[in-house]
Amino acid sequence: MPNYRMNLLVCGGTGCKASGSSEIIEIFEKEIEKAGLKDEIHVITTGCFGFCEKGPIVKVTPDNVFYVEVNSEKAVRIINEHIIKGRIVEEYLYKEPITKEFLPEQSDMPFYKKQIRIALRNCGFIDPENIYEYIAADGYQALGKVLSEMTPEEVIEEVKKSGLRGRGGGGFPTGLKWEMTRKSESKQKYVICNADEGDPGAFMDRSILEGDPHSVLEAMAICGYCIGADKGYIYIRAEYPLAIQRLRIAIKQAYELGLLGKNILSSNFSFDIDLKYGAGAFICGEETALINSIEGGRGEPTVKPPFPAQKGLWKKPTNINNVETFANICPIILKGADWFKSIGTEKSKGTKVFALAGKVNNVGLVEVPMGLTLREIIYDLGGGIKGGKAFKAVQTGGPSGGCIPKEHLDTPIDYDNLTKIGSMMGSGGMIVMDEDDCMVNIAKFYLEFTCDESCGRCTPCRVGNMRMLEILKEITKGRGTMEHLEELKDLGQTIKDTALCGLGQTSPNPVLSTMNFFWNEYVAHVKDKTCPAGVCTALLKYYILPEKCVGCTACAKVCPTNAISGEVRKTHVIDREKCIKCGACMATCRFNAITRR
Amino acid sequence: MAGIKSLDELKAIRDKYRENIIGRDTSNSENKIRISVGMATCGIASGARDTINAIIDEVAKEKLTNVVVVQSGCLGYCYAEPTVEVRFPGKEPVLYGNINAERGRELVKKHIKNGEIQKDWILERTFKNI
Repeated sequence: MPNYRMNLLVCGGTGCKASGSSEIIEIFEKEIEKAGLKDEIHVITTGCFGFCEKGPIVKVTPDNVFYVEVNSEKAVRIINEHIIKGRIVEEYLYKEPITKEFLPEQSDMPFYKKQIRIALRNCGFIDPENIYEYIAADGYQALGKVLSEMTPEEVIEEVKKSGLRGRGGGGFPTGLKWEMTRKSESKQKYVICNADEGDPGAFMDRSILEGDPHSVLEAMAICGYCIGADKGYIYIRAEYPLAIQRLRIAIKQAYELGLLGKNILSSNFSFDIDLKYGAGAFICGEETALINSIEGGRGEPTVKPPFPAQKGLWKKPTNINNVETFANICPIILKGADWFKSIGTEKSKGTKVFALAGKVNNVGLVEVPMGLTLREIIYDLGGGIKGGKAFKAVQTGGPSGGCIPKEHLDTPIDYDNLTKIGSMMGSGGMIVMDEDDCMVNIAKFYLEFTCDESCGRCTPCRVGNMRMLEILKEITKGRGTMEHLEELKDLGQTIKDTALCGLGQTSPNPVLSTMNFFWNEYVAHVKDKTCPAGVCTALLKYYILPEKCVGCTACAKVCPTNAISGEVRKTHVIDREKCIKCGACMATCRFNAITRR
Repeated sequence: MAGIKSLDELKAIRDKYRENIIGRDTSNSENKIRISVGMATCGIASGARDTINAIIDEVAKEKLTNVVVVQSGCLGYCYAEPTVEVRFPGKEPVLYGNINAERGRELVKKHIKNGEIQKDWILERTFKNI
């Protein structure tokens, strides 16, 4: 084994691959070969670094230099300058947007400063397609420890003591779930990993599976040992081809080394893992619907109880955990519950991975200790709002969550605080909105998503959400009334109270929370028939400013409906009866004489 | 590939492959001893590559985990290449000249491991960094 003196860690996550990281890896390998440094410099394809905004990412160690937005041309120069001659190429480093300084080291970057990486510990550090790298990073040590030194009860006790709660959205205590499944009597039990990540803008589970698939396999085996199961399924959406490919490789390698299969590490414990592909139905992230889907039935939820812990897959006791939850298990076993408990808030322990998206400078994946405030995440890690605009709201929890306005920016994030302010942790999507976003329109967007994804099993969700969407559409078209707003509230509350599963019970949240925090915006749409953010086209009116109009006739010429009239060199006017609000006039005017409001 | 039969066997594999990833661990790097080898054209021409590889090999052999070995650019001491700088956390760096592979190994054993500065090989620093 060559003793490499330098490593080039290249991100091979979906985001960076899409911006060309595979090509960069090829160039690195070719150039290093050419320079005769093949036995000295190691090029490693890793999982996601999280800094997707600036991908492709290349990290050079042991120098700890962090290059961003690398392309093929930059790759050649990095080899020639940094790798061969030891000169860091400054202009390819991350540039601090405020001080305009180039920051060479990853640890200097504000994006990484407040992060604690537990679930993402190996992402961007090891080659996910090589089991030996995972083993070198203490991989399968937790499984070994559990099998040789601990009873299932002791492991469950440790997980309970750690305070770990489900990271998929519900926040149910993981140890308790394991204990319940263990206590259900049956010869056959199952472990399921829920990798049906479906919230718009969320990609933490995908990144974990792409960057560190073994951590999930190992934790599933530990769970199997605890509850008495010998079979596990990973239910993963077919739209994640790279994650599926890396999982397959990981499973194959684990079998080859006897870390999965019969009598693992010469113990009496055997465990098999299979993949099941989901067809991209959002509802299949709900555990009972997921189980129906694995069994070959329609992805529809069933009434709970019985809970999966009592009657799950094939009517056998089944433990379902989310990807990120599993990714936290091995560190808890190796470092102990007390270590884990020392991070986070009183009722929410450990860290949470968030997918930061929307109008924020640093789009990407961050793992932060519970209890950090929204402000710290959005302004310190996220680098503030794009284009220096004003912050309006942050949406957490996806279609089940709500919008949080700036009054609550200093709320420490944990499960309970987010629920208190009308949103929820959810799976960890965090979409930032600025002054140009219309909250009514945002609520409409999420409701459209829910209507598309509702399985149709129960009436409140199937019909109720559709009615809510119709009302919202009326409002955004300028035909809303104050009665509509009352109806929305009533309907939302009724759906919350009566829907069958988690999807329906939470689907009105985006509407209810925006109505709660942005009531004025709804009233403006209904009473004044205007959209303050200028998004709802039906409510916009185009005006020509007489003081700026020079009468050049350019607007009149482009108007497709001949709605603009006026003599040459005299102020023109728009006939709002004819205007179809296409905006062609505004785009054409060279004197900024046309506005809309 | 034969299966792993015990936790001890698994630990042995971990220790064997740990060397591969240890250089990547940049956490706590400010508290580690930093050895930088001048690897500009003149350094390489005088054999700096052999020096750095020898140092890395020796660090691995001695199982020193608190050491980071990096390459740096030209310092201007072309007459004394290859140059090696040793920087203990919180201390003034020590600059050595004419360090071939053999001397590199000795530096690791004497200076890094035992803390004995090798006075004979020291280059006098004739510049100030601003």
